[in-house]
Formats: sequence, C-alpha cells, structure tokens
Amino acid sequence: MSPDGPDTEPTAAASEWEPVIGLEVHVQLATKSKLFSPSAVEFGAPPNSLTDPLVLGMPGTLPVFNKAVLELALKLGVATESKIRAKSRFARKHYFYPDLPKGYQISQYDEPLCEDGHIDLILAGALRRVKLQRIHLEEDAGKNMHVGAISHVDLNRAGVPLVEVVTAPELHSAEEAAEFMRALHRLVRWLDISEADMEKGQMRCDANVSIRRVGEDRLGTRTELKNINSFRFVQNAVEHEIARQIRILESGGRIEQETRLWDATAGTSATMRTKEEANDYRYFPDPDLPPLVVDGPLMGSILRSLPELPAARFSRYVREHGLSADDARTIISDRQLAEYFESTVKLHPGDRSGRTIANWMLTELLGALNADGKEIAESPMPPATLSELIRMVEDGTISGKIGKEVFEESYKTGEAPRAVVERRGVQQISDEAALWEIVDRVVGANSKQAEAYAAGKDGLFGFFVGQVMKETQGRANPVITSDLLHKRLGR
Amino acid sequence: MSEWLTAQETARQIAQGELTAVRALDTYLTRIGNLDRQLAAFLAVDSTGARAAAVEVDRKRKAGEPLGPLAGVPIALKDVLVTKDLETTAASKILEGWKPPYDGTAVGKLRAAGAVIVGKVNCDEFAMGSSTENSAYKKTRNPWDISRVPGGSSGGSSAAVAAGLCSASLGTDTGGSIRQPAAFCGVVGIKPTYGRVSRWGVIAFASSLDQVGPLTRTVGDAALILETICGFDPKDSTSLDQPVPKLTDALTGEVKGLRVGIPAEYFSGAIDDEVRSAVQRAAAALQERGAELIDISLPHTELALPAYYVVAPAEASSNLARYDGIRFGKAAKGARDLLDLYQRSRGEGFGPEVKRRIMLGTYALRSGYYDAYYKKAQQIRALIKRDFDKAWQHVDAILTPTTPTAAFRFGAKSSPVDMYLADIFTLACNLAGLPGISVPCGLTTDGLPIGAQLMGKPLDEATLLRAAHVIEKAVGLGDKRPKAVA
Repeated sequence: MSPDGPDTEPTAAASEWEPVIGLEVHVQLATKSKLFSPSAVEFGAPPNSLTDPLVLGMPGTLPVFNKAVLELALKLGVATESKIRAKSRFARKHYFYPDLPKGYQISQYDEPLCEDGHIDLILAGALRRVKLQRIHLEEDAGKNMHVGAISHVDLNRAGVPLVEVVTAPELHSAEEAAEFMRALHRLVRWLDISEADMEKGQMRCDANVSIRRVGEDRLGTRTELKNINSFRFVQNAVEHEIARQIRILESGGRIEQETRLWDATAGTSATMRTKEEANDYRYFPDPDLPPLVVDGPLMGSILRSLPELPAARFSRYVREHGLSADDARTIISDRQLAEYFESTVKLHPGDRSGRTIANWMLTELLGALNADGKEIAESPMPPATLSELIRMVEDGTISGKIGKEVFEESYKTGEAPRAVVERRGVQQISDEAALWEIVDRVVGANSKQAEAYAAGKDGLFGFFVGQVMKETQGRANPVITSDLLHKRLGR
Repeated sequence: MSEWLTAQETARQIAQGELTAVRALDTYLTRIGNLDRQLAAFLAVDSTGARAAAVEVDRKRKAGEPLGPLAGVPIALKDVLVTKDLETTAASKILEGWKPPYDGTAVGKLRAAGAVIVGKVNCDEFAMGSSTENSAYKKTRNPWDISRVPGGSSGGSSAAVAAGLCSASLGTDTGGSIRQPAAFCGVVGIKPTYGRVSRWGVIAFASSLDQVGPLTRTVGDAALILETICGFDPKDSTSLDQPVPKLTDALTGEVKGLRVGIPAEYFSGAIDDEVRSAVQRAAAALQERGAELIDISLPHTELALPAYYVVAPAEASSNLARYDGIRFGKAAKGARDLLDLYQRSRGEGFGPEVKRRIMLGTYALRSGYYDAYYKKAQQIRALIKRDFDKAWQHVDAILTPTTPTAAFRFGAKSSPVDMYLADIFTLACNLAGLPGISVPCGLTTDGLPIGAQLMGKPLDEATLLRAAHVIEKAVGLGDKRPKAVA
C-alpha cells in the first residue's frame, strides 16, 4: 500500500470537473438466523460462538435458504419500485481469504432479485431521484483480526444476510453520496428490515468515483473506495478522492483503475488492489440452491403491508401541512417521529395545525428527549397529551410562553396539561373587562411614562405591556392587552 | 455364518434370533483381518464403534425392543461420506485426520435402521477417477483378479462387498462411480434419481451430479438399503420432496409388458465383444419373460463426455476451494505468509488428478469463458435430458452395458482421457439426473464380471430394481465367487 500524500484543497478548477459517483451499499437484514444456516445472528457474541459446520465451511455441508430473508429483501425491492425477478438465482463468487470459509461467497450475479429501482433523496429541500441498478442478496464474510504476527478469524458474521444496493453512476458530489446513504438508511429503518447501525457494521459502503470535464459524456477511469462506514466518512472519502483525481489529471497524470482502502483515521486512501491484481471471481449459479422463487401471493402480501414511504411523506407534509422542507425532513428522518406527528395531526382534524405541531415536536419535545438521551418511542408524553397542550395554546386558554412551562411540567411529571394549568391557575386572561381594569390601573400609576408615550416615545409601549404582564404573572392575553393599551393610551 | 449371506437374510436371522449381530460383525471383521491386507479396500475399520452398535442391536433384541430393518447388518461406507467422530478423508491427504462433528443424513438413516458401520472404504481422491488408483492412501484390488482395478471411484465399496468383507456398502456416483465399480466387481450398484438421497454429509465433488447409493451382492439388498436411505431432507435444498415407495416390494420377478429401450449408441464403437454379447443375453432374458425390446436412439450420447468434463470439474473447482488447511484437515508447515500457506497446503494436500480437475474447472469458469464452457455444457445437458424424455414416450427402461470393457489392469489407462472413456456409458444418467443400476450379467472368458446397466424415468427406481432382479435371476453370477477370496 502506498499513501497518496498530503491532502490539498480542490482548486478553483474543480468547478470544471464533474464527479460521477456510484455506490454499492451493503445492508444487513434483521433476521434471527443466518442466510443459509440456523446459527444465530447477534452483535458482540464471543468469537466463533455463532457457527456451525456450514458456517465453518466443513465438507459435506449444504446451504438452505432462510425464508425470512426474502420478505425483508422484497420490502426494499418494492419500496424502491424495482423490478422483482419471479425467479432469481444464487451464484458463487470465488476468492481465497481466511474470512471466507468455503472459498466462495454465495451471492447473486446475473439474475439478481431486484433491478431498475430508485430511491428519492431530499436535496436542497426537493426530492431527487437516484436510479438503482440492482439489489441482490448475499452472505457476509467473517472478520480477520491481526494481533502482531498472528491473525485471528471470527466467523460470527460469516453467513449473515445482506442486501447489496447498487446505484447507477449518477451521484455528482460527496454531499449527494452522503445524502444517498442517509436516504437508504432512513428507508431500511422505516421498512423495519435492518437496524442499519453503521457502528456495528450493519450498513457499509463502497464508492466508485470518477471525474470528467463538465459537458463530457464519457465516463472517466474510476477507482473503487472500500471500507466507508459512516455518513461522514462517505462524504470525506469521496471528497478526498475527487480532489485526488482532479489533482492528478490537472498535473497531466492518469487515473489508474484500482481499488483503494479508505483510512478514516488518517483521512486518506491507499491502493489496495490494482486492476492487474483484481480477482476473477469465476461466478456460476450455485448448484446447491434452487432458483429463488417469488410468487404472486407473496408479492401481494408485501405490497399490502408496504407503509407510506418517507419521501412521499416528506412531499405530503410540505404540501398538505405547509411544513418547511427542513422540518418535514427532520420529521421523516425517523419513522417513530413521523408516526408521532401523524398521530398528533390526526387529533387536530380539519385545521392547519401541522406547522404548530411540528414546532412543538421539534423544539420542545425533541429538546426534552435529547436532554434525557431518549428516543421518540420512549417519550413520556404521548401524542394526545401534546395535542391537549397545543389546543390550549391555540384556543387562548394559556399563552405560548406559559405553554412551554406547562409542557416542561407535564413532560416531567406526566400530569395532564389541563390539570397543570388548572392547578397552577395560569389560564390566560382574555376577559376584556378584567384586563381593562388592570390596564387602566397600570397606566394611571405610570402617568409620566404615559405622557412621554403620548408625546411620541414609541419605545415605551413595551414597558406598559411588561407592567400588565407583571401584574398578571404573564397570564394576560397579549393581543387583547395590546389593543386595550392602545385604547387607554390614546394611540 | 456365511460371509455371503445377503443383507436381507442377515437382518432376518438377527431379528429372529438365529444369529447375533456381534457374530455377524465378527465374521466380517475376521474376513477383513484375513483378506484386506491384500485387497486394501478399507481405509479405516471401526471395530470399537461397530462392536458397540452390534452389542446394542443384540441387547435390543433380547429386551424385545423394536429393531430397524437393517438391525445388525454390517455396512461399509465410502470415505466421502461424513461420519461423526470417525476420520473422513475422501481418500485425500488434505483431509488427513479430520474427524467430523456430525453424521451425514444417509449415514444417520443407516444407523437409525440398526445398521452396523464397519468402517470407511477406499475410493479415488474426492471421488475423482474410475479405478480407485487416485486414492492418496492405497490401491484397492479387484477380488476377481488382483492385478486389476476394482473400478472407481467407489472401488473400495465394490471390492469390499464382492469379497465378502461386509454385507453391503454405500458409494457415491457422479458420473458412474457406483455403477462402474459394481460392474467391475460383479456386484449390484444403484444410483438413484438426483435428489432422492440427501447430499447432506456427502463430501461434494460435483454438486449437480452427486448421488449416494448402495453396492450390494443382490438386487434385493440394493432395494432394502436404498429404501432406507431415500427421502426428503430439509438440510439439502436439492432433495426431492417425494414419497419413497417400498422398493423391496417391487421385486416381483415379473417384467411382462415392460418396454425396454435398446439405444444403438451404446452398442456400437469401442465396446468389448464379450460385454456386448453378455448384455444382449440379459436383454434376451428380459424378452423371454415377456418384456418388449425396442430399438431407440439417444442421439446426443457422444456429447455426454465433453459436457461432463466441463460441468464436473467446474463444480469441483468451486467445491474444493474450502480446503485451505486452516479450519480442518492438514495445513502445510513452514508457510511464510497466507498465499504461501494456501499454495503449500493445497499443493501438498491434493493429488495430481484432483489438481488437474481443479485446473480444468477453474479454466472453464474464467471470466469471459463461462458462456463458451459451463453454459454450453448445461445446454448439452438439456439436449441429453430431452433425448431421454423422448425415449420415455416409448419405453419404461433403457438397457445398456455399464462399461465398454471388464475391469482393466493397474496402470492400463495411462492418459487421463483413456481413463475418462471408462465412464462413457454411465455419464448421461448423471447429466440427466436419472436413476441407473448396474447388475452382473455374466463373466468374460477370463472370469471377469460384466455389468448390465438399466436407466429409468425420474423417480422410477422401482422399475429398474424389478428388471435388474429378473436379469440377476436369469444371467447373474449365482454362486460364483471371486478367485482371490474363494
């Protein structure tokens, strides 16, 4: 391996280059057992405890397809509007490495389960469709660990079911690449087919990167970056690779087709395999496994069970509820959050309180949850409670400011917002006669300021509002208070 | 007891209390002790395990507990069959010392039926060969003439049964590896329909072709053992979920009205005259008993060999990728790095024929060559299957010689291709996934056994056994025993 030297900033010339990026993303499917054997799938078990003769590649063992996997993969296929093959095939991909016990990986090759789908990204507040070439099933390899001169192999991960999602080469920046990863991450979690915890290696990405002059049709020579295991690394690695390629081409060099390993700690990549060293995987259909058949009833049940997808929700929230693109994006970033929003919105039929609900959720509720390190699913305040609170603010029972205090109390104690309001006596005062009395008294007691205001000192209006609020412990309806003050002060 | 007792009769006598399982086992252990130094059929004799199993059968009988259909029958297993805690090597150095943690399905079924596993018998390394000369351990001799090969790859299985070293044995058949050695050693060997017997616990040679089957001294024994080991197994995705008929009931002695195809392609060319005449006598015997002989053509027969020698090595090159000396078997010593470890372990562990086939298969699967080789071979397979499908419209079974010649001498097939031609009549069955049986149908003037092969419709082992049973009665070897052990 040869390090590629220090990083340099992309030059102004970067704008003349168009990066072309395609991603291959591996996502672990959330099954109890492995793709072809009954061994359990778990994270963090003692090394080689999740194995059996098949996982160890022992002679005489045979793979048996875990049917639970198909449903999960099909959900993704259908959600990405892919063409689903009625009969797909498993193929063997051969290479020698200690983490691959059989000397081949069971994957899919020329007859994958899904083809020609797409995923919608949210870029600059709008949806952007990215084509998928294919989604196929394959088994994971084990893990090699090197301790000094000795190498250890842990086969707990060997045989774990993965889908490989392959995009068309139509991402054009590191941001887009990272955004694709976020969209896919969101989607698989939304569909409940994977935890996609990148720290546990449940979602991993390889990126194919090339650059070409803006306006050119032909693709440049590409490099493949391996081992990119977080959203940030995707962005950094791709950005770094684009800059590296620009630097080479602009200094008259040539891009070598090769596989490069991203080193997230060093923030650089290094050659892992050149084109000449590339494996010939000798794919052929696995004779131990019959074709994988997807029948009508199964497709029917998958289609029926498919939830409204995050991208569709995003558009609907912007369109129907008038949410800002940012708020809509945040709400759909997590299905539980979106469901919370849905439930709350349903309690406010016919009105346009979506925006208000989004505000309360994203500022108060998420703020409180974050402070507690809790997920939305663990929220002590159910949608009905938040809804009750929002309604009291909307109908003027309490002011927005008091609302926040009531929220805090209700969130902490679980007491219903209405009960908090009644117990504390913090209902808003909207009764004009009662407020007039207070306004009259406040103005009378501050005649100097009243005269100054009448003489044109506008800034003093706030002083009077403050005095009324002080008198009412903040319960005075600010709109009515303002009206009455104008009336009482004569302008 | 007589070592020539059939498995059926042995089981009956033990069940009736006329014979003990321990006595039956001792008979064969004594024979092995006396004869196997010369014949070299066994790679490992498990006298301890076998005795424990025999004692258990006798205990059960005394206690009046139910006995399985093979209770006390001593059976030998080809060493590609995985046996729990009993060294399993596939006759290869690369697996030397491997004691599997599990039993294969067929082995488990035998044990459940009360069979006593005597030991593991020799074969060509990873079942690749036609003479058992490719074993990394020893050369098994043909009991009829010890200067000749027992056939292969299940040569230990056929020699042990022919010499009376066990009641019966299991072999595997990828391109004729049960039927050809059965023919060479004058025993019955049947390869069932692909998917009939689970491949779980069968060390893979070519996954789309491999099948397990019995080698026995009589057709009746073959029926008994086959019906015991057949059946759907959820551990093998290519296993057929089909009911298994009681095959022993198929042996009615009746072939009246049976339509037997005689394919021209199997009686012309390089075939020994004595073999041809013996098979014709078998055909005549069927006809005399009311079967109808029908001339048929299987026009793609000559493509079977080239197709087989693409498909089988391709799959083998893949199946044998797991032998790297790291998790089981033997790792080379003194390797400098990972690549060196792979190269040395595989270089030292595999014999020349295995390496040849890995090279052939690797070549055939190279990127850009898949269409020209593997895919083309699969297309030929489809044509061969179609030949048979057409034939089944007119016939119920097809009769051919099992081999072009009787057993040959050691070293006689000096080039690989000469050796490959020894299987020319048995390959099509595997490529088409059909059942095939070899049954003895006479001796050459040199006193060497000749085998007749019957091929049948998918899942129709019953008809093959019925017709083979009639041939056995009419032109079989009767009481004739191999010279070396008489």
